[in-house]
Amino acid sequence: MNFAMQLLRSQGVLVVLLLLILFGALRYDHFLGQFNILSFLRYNAMFALIALGMCFVIMTGGIDLSVGSTAAMSSVIAAYVSPYGLLPGLVAGAAAGLAVGVLNAILITRLNILPFIATLAGMLAASGTGLLLAHNESIGVSYDSGFTDIGQGDVLGFPIPAWLAILAYLLGSLALNYLPFGRNVLAVGGGEDAARLMGLPVDRVKFTVYALSGLMAGLAGVQLAAQFGAGQPTEGVGWELFSIASVVVGGTLLTGGVGSVGATLSGVLLLGLVFNILNFENGMGLVSLRAHWQSILRGAFLLIVVIIQSRLALRVRRNA
Amino acid sequence: MIEHVPLLAMEGIDKQFSGVPALVGASLSIDPGEVHALVGQNGAGKSTLIKILTGAYRKDAGMISFTGKSVEFTSPEAAQRGGISTIYQEINLIPFRSVTENIFLGRALKRYGLLNWSKMNEEAEALLRRFDVKIDVRQPLFAYNTAIQQMVSIARAVSFQAKLVIMDEPTSSLADHEVEVLNGVIRQLRGDGFSVVFVSHKLDELYAVCDRVTVMRDGRSVATARMADISKLELVATMLGRDLQTVKREGQTAFHGAGHASDRTLIVAEGLRVGTRVKDASLSVRAGEIAGLAGLLGSGRTEVARLIFGADQPDAGTITFDGKPVAFRQPIDAIAMGVGFCSEDRKVEGIVPDMSVRENLTLAILPRLARSGIIDEARQSEIVDDFVAKLGIKTTGPEQKIRELSGGNQQKVLLARWLCMNPKLLILDEPTRGIDVGGKADIQALIRALADSGLGVLMISSELEEVIEGSDRVFVLRDGRTVAELPRSAVSELAVMTAMAQGEATADGRVG
Repeated sequence: MNFAMQLLRSQGVLVVLLLLILFGALRYDHFLGQFNILSFLRYNAMFALIALGMCFVIMTGGIDLSVGSTAAMSSVIAAYVSPYGLLPGLVAGAAAGLAVGVLNAILITRLNILPFIATLAGMLAASGTGLLLAHNESIGVSYDSGFTDIGQGDVLGFPIPAWLAILAYLLGSLALNYLPFGRNVLAVGGGEDAARLMGLPVDRVKFTVYALSGLMAGLAGVQLAAQFGAGQPTEGVGWELFSIASVVVGGTLLTGGVGSVGATLSGVLLLGLVFNILNFENGMGLVSLRAHWQSILRGAFLLIVVIIQSRLALRVRRNA
Repeated sequence: MIEHVPLLAMEGIDKQFSGVPALVGASLSIDPGEVHALVGQNGAGKSTLIKILTGAYRKDAGMISFTGKSVEFTSPEAAQRGGISTIYQEINLIPFRSVTENIFLGRALKRYGLLNWSKMNEEAEALLRRFDVKIDVRQPLFAYNTAIQQMVSIARAVSFQAKLVIMDEPTSSLADHEVEVLNGVIRQLRGDGFSVVFVSHKLDELYAVCDRVTVMRDGRSVATARMADISKLELVATMLGRDLQTVKREGQTAFHGAGHASDRTLIVAEGLRVGTRVKDASLSVRAGEIAGLAGLLGSGRTEVARLIFGADQPDAGTITFDGKPVAFRQPIDAIAMGVGFCSEDRKVEGIVPDMSVRENLTLAILPRLARSGIIDEARQSEIVDDFVAKLGIKTTGPEQKIRELSGGNQQKVLLARWLCMNPKLLILDEPTRGIDVGGKADIQALIRALADSGLGVLMISSELEEVIEGSDRVFVLRDGRTVAELPRSAVSELAVMTAMAQGEATADGRVG
């Protein structure tokens, strides 16, 4: 019965997602057109990467507020390194993100600083570092070195960023469901004291998820630079909240212990679609919905999911 | 039967916490294939000893040998690997995860480097079947009741190849029939050659399932005996630090300070039941008397007090207050009728450490001091000064932070907090716990004076002297049931201990 409920919850996002796609397809021409689909996937791949890292962090019961500014900082570093080629640019951006993640991880696991505070510090530090490195300006990337391929290129007619996101989600899902690491993540989030008493490597698990989240934010930064042709130190504002929202809409409990990689992807796509549909709606010219509406709609989705979650948590507590 | 090489030997274990000794040369010896009870009052050192064994704490001195080798586990993980598994009082599993996972976390079965779910599910099922538990192991743990969850804990311990399983109050949240099942499992474990350390306060269960018992008191292991050789009364006397012979010889003792209990009955609680902790508790308090509520740890004393105060709702039973039946839905209803409650945990549920004496003292009465939302500060100061003087609270002034006061003076402030509400009934849960000797006598005298002035007091205490010397009547709880109501003439150490141990009172004591 409870698994059915869990299934319904994860599938619930998928159902809403499909309904939204159906709505768009019926209402707008070109909604299901190749251009819209591919550019939608290309753009949202960045958010998908960040949300994947966030998903693991939240499943341990933690939070990572630094992802947005880490992505911005990494985009600057990737842009600086981009003349040396795709791989150096990619590695530099990813490494920058990983560095922030490791720093967060050290603060949280070694110095026992609350994740909220530690990653808030990480957020401010990464943001400042990005602005400092870029002197408050966008840093153009090299178009000759092939760096932009990773954001703008296609393989088999499908955007490379989307391929990357799919690969990351497959690995993430595998790790969550078929590796001890994934189960330990859920155990730590489901009861840290119990996990410790069970002899699980709690600190190592926590360290790993924050490092991973930083790495994902770094990869998103590389995407940002490659897709838009510039390292952008002022981007990334609010991305952390958007990715937390995606994760939660995907049914992952904010308190940790329950979560799904696949449903997180659904959450990203669902919240991304709200924006996409608003664009189409405005394009029709019948009504002019300001961009603010997307925040309101996203907020509404988030609230509904959180209400459902808190009821579930209540039931668990009653049974415990 | 009992072999002579013990599985576990702990000897001369010392442990201090910031200079306060918790264990003083404590020892524990467990034979292979035996179920060994570990008992003692609150603070006797049982859990400290267990935590040192399982690597949660480090010992200051002493030696531990396990399976003939000297060991010192540095973490619960290490102890688990070494063959000692602990099942804690609060079930320490992960409710959201499946039964299978809860058994296999940390010891996953893999195939081709990936988790082999079907194998793990199969083994989990097989493990649980050994204990006659047939459930869907794929379901999350929270779908099952506490007893099943406990079985899962045990299955986990067994699957970790434990040689010694420590159970810390495993039955505290089980229903009677579930306890039976657990006892069956424990006997089976013993039959399979496992040793079990069984920490519990429920004497019947100890006698039902244990081979030997070690009693701890004040950080020392004061006695080890075969269950067959020690009576319940002897066991209780040992736990409380009484010499049974002396107690018997002295018989009933006369106490100072006569009560002036009126005939007006303030509160009558009958047949209270809640969950698995309180099964059939009845008591009454008259105006002007101190009614003592005695019982071993886990007998349901605090739970009964919470029911009377409206902090919890009884599943069954009635409460009559001042002649009228009442059903307090929350504490504020009880407070409105004139009931006050000083909780056991002064630090957590009582004082607000960083607030001043004045603020702490008037916290509960603030609504009555406020006129259209603004506090009448003159009245407030008046009340505070009045009680500081009346109760002899030693403070540099009303603005001193309460955390700077001694335990006894903090307790006085809390008493004052209720007294300024003019209550009719005051419930005191362990009013002198953690208070030094001088402060203790002060508080006790104060409580007596309050009763003399007409207040009804229900006093819970783990200290035998306090209950016996301080009460006009004593109710004894045992395993959630009121087993004795002792009028003053029948109150004696022997009578109270006998009721705690066997559910019977001597001579004049009525048996509930």
